[in-house]
Amino acid sequence: MKSLKELEEIRKRTLENINLRKGREGYRIVVGMATCGIAAGARPVLTSIMDEVNKLDLKNVTVAQTGCIGACRFEPMVEVYSPDGEKVTYIKMNPEKAKAMVASHIKDGKVIDDYTMTVIDGKVIDPVSE
Amino acid sequence: MKEISLHILDIIQNSISAKAKVIQLTIFESTINNVLIVTIEDNGQGMEEDFLEKVTNPFITTRTTRKVGLGISLLKAAAERCGGSFHIDSQKGIGTKVEAIFQYNHIDRAPLGNMPDTLISIILSLGNDIELIYIHSYNDEAFTLDTREIKEILGYEVLITEREVIKWIRNYIQEGLKKIYGGVGN
Repeated sequence: MKSLKELEEIRKRTLENINLRKGREGYRIVVGMATCGIAAGARPVLTSIMDEVNKLDLKNVTVAQTGCIGACRFEPMVEVYSPDGEKVTYIKMNPEKAKAMVASHIKDGKVIDDYTMTVIDGKVIDPVSE
Repeated sequence: MKEISLHILDIIQNSISAKAKVIQLTIFESTINNVLIVTIEDNGQGMEEDFLEKVTNPFITTRTTRKVGLGISLLKAAAERCGGSFHIDSQKGIGTKVEAIFQYNHIDRAPLGNMPDTLISIILSLGNDIELIYIHSYNDEAFTLDTREIKEILGYEVLITEREVIKWIRNYIQEGLKKIYGGVGN
């Protein structure tokens, strides 16, 4: 049975990691979690991102969430901010795509273009075949 | 929404938007009395009386990206379609309380759903400044989680949103709920 005492161990371990990554900027993954996102399946996307980050033991990543990004028909949406401040928006995500995104984009630095949003002349083009 | 827990995840975002510092989520399941009651109470900024009166209307929202707000209306509809009821009470400057009552064995009642995943999603969005008290009872058994207790152990250097901590919280809730459900799991 898990007990609060175990947290003390985790605190010590995590503290070491925090010191290791100090001064090193990382990726920031943000999942849209308003009514639209949640109804479209944002929660399993968020948890699968966390699971994959844990599985691949990626250190310099923070996972967070945000409200309505404004394009509800593309939910679940995931925004990835790279250390240099650049943003990539992934649309119509699901747990499998989210895992692939973590492995490719976060681990290897390769954006999966097939999952991203493309804007041409101010109009959002949906690259994912329906 | 496919699960009641998704409504909970959604409604708590309202408490966060209302700048709550403490949010209490209570889930009361009683097969004996045939009810499932979800209560979300916060100490956020609350609502003016005239806004409160129309808040269950889907065409009322505070969001700026569009003109419809479905969160509260969806939960109200979910409760009412299975012989339950919905109440919302709010006082400007004091906070808001949302209560949804479901008939437990009603065929249209959505399953409660994945509470551990819902709670870690909530805790991630609360960040370090908002506290969550979670009380979940099933007949005579109860499980509670208080983020203040966890933060006290973690100290100020290790945030509750650290992935190792979140992972532990998820397992802790999974085990705790399994126990109150009599070991059968959910």
